[in-house]
Amino acid sequence: MQLIFEKSRAGRIGVSLPELDVPKRDGIISKDNLRDELELPEVDEVTLIRHYIELSRRNFGVDNGFYPLGSCTMKYNPKINEDIAKLEGFVECHPLQPNAQGCLRLMYELENMLCEITGMDAFTLQPAAGAHGELTGLMIIKAYFNEKGEDRKIIITPDSSHGTNPASSTMCGFRNMTLKSNDKGQIDLDELKKIINKDVAAIMLTIPNTLGIFEEHILEITKIMHKNGSLVYMDGANMNALLGVTKPADMGIDIIHLNLHKTFSTPHGGGGPGSGPVGVVKTLERFLPNPRIIFKEGKYNLINNPKSIGKVKSFYGNFGVTVKAYSYIRAVGSDGLRKVAENAVLNANYLKEKLKDVYVLPYNSLCKHEFVLSDEALPNGVTTTDIAKRLIDYGIHPMTIYFPLIVHGAMMIEPTETESKETLDYFIRVMGKIRAEAENKPELLHNAPFSMPVGRLDAVRAARNPDLRYSSN
Amino acid sequence: MENPRELKYTKEHEWIRIEQDIGIVGITDFAQKQLTDIVFVELPEKGKRVEQGKQIATIESVKSVSDVFSPVSGEVLEVNNELGEKPEIINQDPYGKGWIVKLKIENKEEIERLMSAEEYENFLKEHK
Amino acid sequence: MDFIPNTNKDREAMLKEIGLKSISELFRDIPDRIILKDKLKIPASMSEVGLFELLKGISKMNKVDFSYFIGAGAYKHFIPSVVKHIVARSEFYTTYTPYQPEMSQGILQAIYEYQTMICNLFGMDVSNASLYDGATALAESCIMASNITKRNEILVSRAIHPDYRQVVKTYCWAHNLKFVEVDYSDGVTSIDDLKLKINKRTATLLLQQPNFFGCVENLRGISDILHRNGSLLNVCVIEPTSLGILKPPGEHSDIVVGEGQSLGNPVSFGGPYLGIMATKHRYLRQLPGRLVGKTTDGNGNIGYILTLQAREQHIRRERASSNICSNEALCALAATVYLSALGKNGLRKLAELCLYKAHYLADRLEEIGCSIVFEQEFYNEFLVKVKDAKTVSKKLLDSGILGGLDIGVYYPELNNCLLFCVTELNTKEEMDRLVEIIRKCN
Repeated sequence: MQLIFEKSRAGRIGVSLPELDVPKRDGIISKDNLRDELELPEVDEVTLIRHYIELSRRNFGVDNGFYPLGSCTMKYNPKINEDIAKLEGFVECHPLQPNAQGCLRLMYELENMLCEITGMDAFTLQPAAGAHGELTGLMIIKAYFNEKGEDRKIIITPDSSHGTNPASSTMCGFRNMTLKSNDKGQIDLDELKKIINKDVAAIMLTIPNTLGIFEEHILEITKIMHKNGSLVYMDGANMNALLGVTKPADMGIDIIHLNLHKTFSTPHGGGGPGSGPVGVVKTLERFLPNPRIIFKEGKYNLINNPKSIGKVKSFYGNFGVTVKAYSYIRAVGSDGLRKVAENAVLNANYLKEKLKDVYVLPYNSLCKHEFVLSDEALPNGVTTTDIAKRLIDYGIHPMTIYFPLIVHGAMMIEPTETESKETLDYFIRVMGKIRAEAENKPELLHNAPFSMPVGRLDAVRAARNPDLRYSSN
Repeated sequence: MENPRELKYTKEHEWIRIEQDIGIVGITDFAQKQLTDIVFVELPEKGKRVEQGKQIATIESVKSVSDVFSPVSGEVLEVNNELGEKPEIINQDPYGKGWIVKLKIENKEEIERLMSAEEYENFLKEHK
Repeated sequence: MDFIPNTNKDREAMLKEIGLKSISELFRDIPDRIILKDKLKIPASMSEVGLFELLKGISKMNKVDFSYFIGAGAYKHFIPSVVKHIVARSEFYTTYTPYQPEMSQGILQAIYEYQTMICNLFGMDVSNASLYDGATALAESCIMASNITKRNEILVSRAIHPDYRQVVKTYCWAHNLKFVEVDYSDGVTSIDDLKLKINKRTATLLLQQPNFFGCVENLRGISDILHRNGSLLNVCVIEPTSLGILKPPGEHSDIVVGEGQSLGNPVSFGGPYLGIMATKHRYLRQLPGRLVGKTTDGNGNIGYILTLQAREQHIRRERASSNICSNEALCALAATVYLSALGKNGLRKLAELCLYKAHYLADRLEEIGCSIVFEQEFYNEFLVKVKDAKTVSKKLLDSGILGGLDIGVYYPELNNCLLFCVTELNTKEEMDRLVEIIRKCN
């Protein structure tokens, strides 16, 4: 398929612009500051629309089919949220204008609802993504120990953690210490007790962890950390398993980030925009990014706190995304949130039980909203990649692969609560078929997918000879 | 591929060829297989001093990034600039054209801490 | 509405098939004393009708029918309907990051096109697939410059947007980089102050083009000083429609960042926006964020794929130069469609509309006795001194006009100065009305 540039024809244009109703004037900008060339495509509206519609058809979203991407919570994106987010009163509101009480109210109420859901005392909606929330959380940890005059340099992360955890730590000037998981896939309490010392600022935990397993000793873990004067950070990416069932604050969590584009149904957008709100206990509230929203004498206002870490993004956060999360929580309501977690966990355990005799399940225990299979015992040199690519031919988006790193050839499966029993049964049948193909027709797997506009792409070539833009010459 | 007998080896899968007080360093056949297709090599600057066991270069494949650790302490004399254009030489010829750096060896005693080809092969067997 | 398809009957069947008696057994691995016994104290669920009415009511608490003459990092531009329809395609917005390229060629190709257009617009060799916004892109560019030069002092022009400077300051503090401000003079970054503050530890100087006051900075002169010192120049373009007319910063700078909100994304109370970052070939491997590259499949078909992922957090982990994962893909798609729709002539024409209209307003304000504070070239924003900013702003507000931003709160030395912004959406009638109101009260 051609690029938009290859469809360009001189003199074409895809919009009609307003007329100039004031006098032109020459020489406003001096020649030194003027640009000569402007290389952009010239296409008419019809060609433009056909091009991008054709591109959209070469994509696969949750609206197209089952998308069990572990740790991403690819639940259905409610269409009513899209309509609400497009309301003129939200879309056209300038961040620096007065008379924005609607926006401030929505953000304030969302912060409160997130507090209630997690048990935290205060929330900020400023971070634009989960990793951004992690960075914000680590900045808060840094500020906390700075204020106390304690120079703690170490952040502990389990070996199953998402790469953003240690990467965020480094961005804040911390050193990372990896904790090996025990044979149940959980934190080894003895190991933790061994490495803990006065240099440890915090531990970053994903709960349930990336194996889909709940840390059964969480209360002891947070106790050990607090006794050491350390903080406990929770990566809330997997919050879908806990909604309405338990509160992170009750586990002893001090800081948490949430992913609105996972747990709270806002669309993933092909890689963003997301939103990664951060919640904290009372003692950390003063460090939250500025400004904070307050409600006084019937009005919402923005104030700046002197102890704040500063700002992590211009203005207030991805407001357009928070609108959708707000709508979702109001739609689902107090009665619905727990049902979400219950159905997400039931769906995952259902798949796990049905697949554990077809593939290798390294941690054969109760899971929460996701579980991990391994590529062990796959015959004929069939790899996890092969399984994933073959799923595409069956109209299913592959699960997360090769993560977490502690499982060989990991396949992380998260169905979410918005999938029906029939969809799950179809997935089980397909996974069974593919396992049989691995046995009898492995070449189908090695060369999959066959049903897409392109076959398996050469990633090595793309990395050795990076071609990152089109050139007309 | 056989591990050449005249080379010395490290536990991190580097080899070193000793030519008087020059050491030529690369990674073993086992290492290049583990990495799969190499796409980029980050080389040190000439004149840089390294310590035994410390990072001297970085090798990227599509799926991973690995450090190359120096088998001995010394000064970087030369780097294999061919790897800029064709990093895959390391996959194709890890013991020959796929050499990575040439070092001026500081302390010949450090060589004694390294493994012979047989010892390296045993080490690989044990750690499968 | 909980969007859960399974009924009690489905659930019973499933529980039975896996040998469980009740839903609560699924949570037996959670210590009983932290299992919630009551419902969460949030409002009960709502139906679609009630929900929409509620949110419509909240949205109406905002007044958005002003005549807008305010910019300062968020710009009201015409967004063609084609843009809105394309980003509303659920094949685009309900998909995740394209880690399975064979089934994601749509978004991957769109991002490849985006990267190309950004390079052309900004005059650079390579662009990433987006960052969160202009401010975080500027902050990431400091870390990138520090990694490249192995130095850790960041010079920051005071003529940069206050929010952006604050974000840079926060990131520098977190990353142990030294944040040093360089003053402005006559509305542009002071070369004298730069010469005073630059030293062998300077990694880079950050500039905004045009700057917060709307003034066009002299990039060439400044870049010479920096490059001779072994430092870089990072330029931030917060109003990229200006690039329809102004020389792209790529010629004189090493890293260019930008805010893509003006390119097809609404002001939306501050987000989601679009962080742009582009650089020279030689710094490619230090560029944070995702990159889409072109390649082929086994049959020689051209395809697009996320590449150079070994730089990123999911592989490098604590050695990654940035932690970024999700970015702003859908906003980048909007920008791609926007730039395609306008094309080279459309963007130039749009920029001219903004330029001429802004200068018309500036001229008319000068005629009635408001002085234009800085004698520099400007695009669509300019600073005007009035007798009393509060009075003028209030009078304008009462007439439904959101006038220039009172920047005295950010720059105490510039009190009673209003930062006006004019775009193609402002009409001559609106501007004449604004001038008339100010004339009466100034």
